[in-house]
Amino acid sequence: MMDWQGQKLAEQLMQIMLVAFAVVAFLTGYVMGSFRLMILVYAGGVFLTTLITVPNWPFFNRHPLKWLDPSVAEKYPKPQPQEPPVVLKKKPAKK
Amino acid sequence: MHSFGFRANALLTFAATILAVICAMASFSDTLNSPSPTAEVQVLSINWFQNQPNGNDEVSMTLNISADLQSLFTWNTKQVFVFLAAEYETPTNSLNQISLWDGIVPSKEIAKFQIHTSNKYRFVDQGSNLRGKKFNLTLHWHVMPKTGKMFADKLVMSGYRLPQEYR
Repeated sequence: MMDWQGQKLAEQLMQIMLVAFAVVAFLTGYVMGSFRLMILVYAGGVFLTTLITVPNWPFFNRHPLKWLDPSVAEKYPKPQPQEPPVVLKKKPAKK
Repeated sequence: MHSFGFRANALLTFAATILAVICAMASFSDTLNSPSPTAEVQVLSINWFQNQPNGNDEVSMTLNISADLQSLFTWNTKQVFVFLAAEYETPTNSLNQISLWDGIVPSKEIAKFQIHTSNKYRFVDQGSNLRGKKFNLTLHWHVMPKTGKMFADKLVMSGYRLPQEYR
C-alpha cells in the first residue's frame, strides 16, 4: 500500500494524464480526419497511464508513515476507557 | 484500501467516462459540417407501363442517377444509405412514396457516382392513377456515423411525367 502522499499523487497523475491524452487524441483524430487514429492514440494513453499509476512504484512511497517505536509508546499510559458519567438522581425537592 | 485493484478500477472507470465524452465531441463535430450534395436523375426510357389484372398501375423505367455525396462524409461517418423515391399525390393518398433504387455508400472515395439502371424495386400504384401523372424523384440519404447522432436529408427533383397511355 502506498503512503498518503503517493496515493494523492497517483490519483492526480491518473486524472491529468487521461484528460491530456483525451485532448491530444481528439485533436489528432480531428485534424488527421481519422476516427481510428483518435481511438488508437487514446488507447495508447490509457495503457501508458495504467503502467504509470496502477503498480505500486517506489516513487509513490517517498513519504513513509512514521509510527512511534513500541518502546516509546509503552512509556506512556494507554488512554483508559472513561467511566460512564454518574448520573445523579435528582431527589424530589421537599417543600 | 488503495490497492492495485482499486487503482485499476478507478482508472478504467474514468477512462471509459472520458471515452464517452470524446465520442460525444466527435458526434458534435459533425454538426459543424454543412454538406452540399448534388444529384441528377434522368428517366431514359419507359420500358413498359401497364395495368395489372388486379387494377393497379405498374411502370418500369430506366434511370440514370448521378450524384455527388462526398460532402456528407466527415471523419465520423461510417457509411451513407441512399435511396431514390418516386413521390406523387393521388386523390386517396396525399403522398405516395415508392422506393425505386437504393444503395449503401461505404466511403467518401466512391461517393461520387453515376448509375445506369432500371428500377430495382417495382413501381406499383395503389390504383390506376399513373397515366399522365406528374411525379417527383427524391433522393433521400441517411448518414450513419461511427458514434452519435444519425443525420437524414433529401433532395427533391421535380418535373417528371408518366406517359398518357399504357405501353
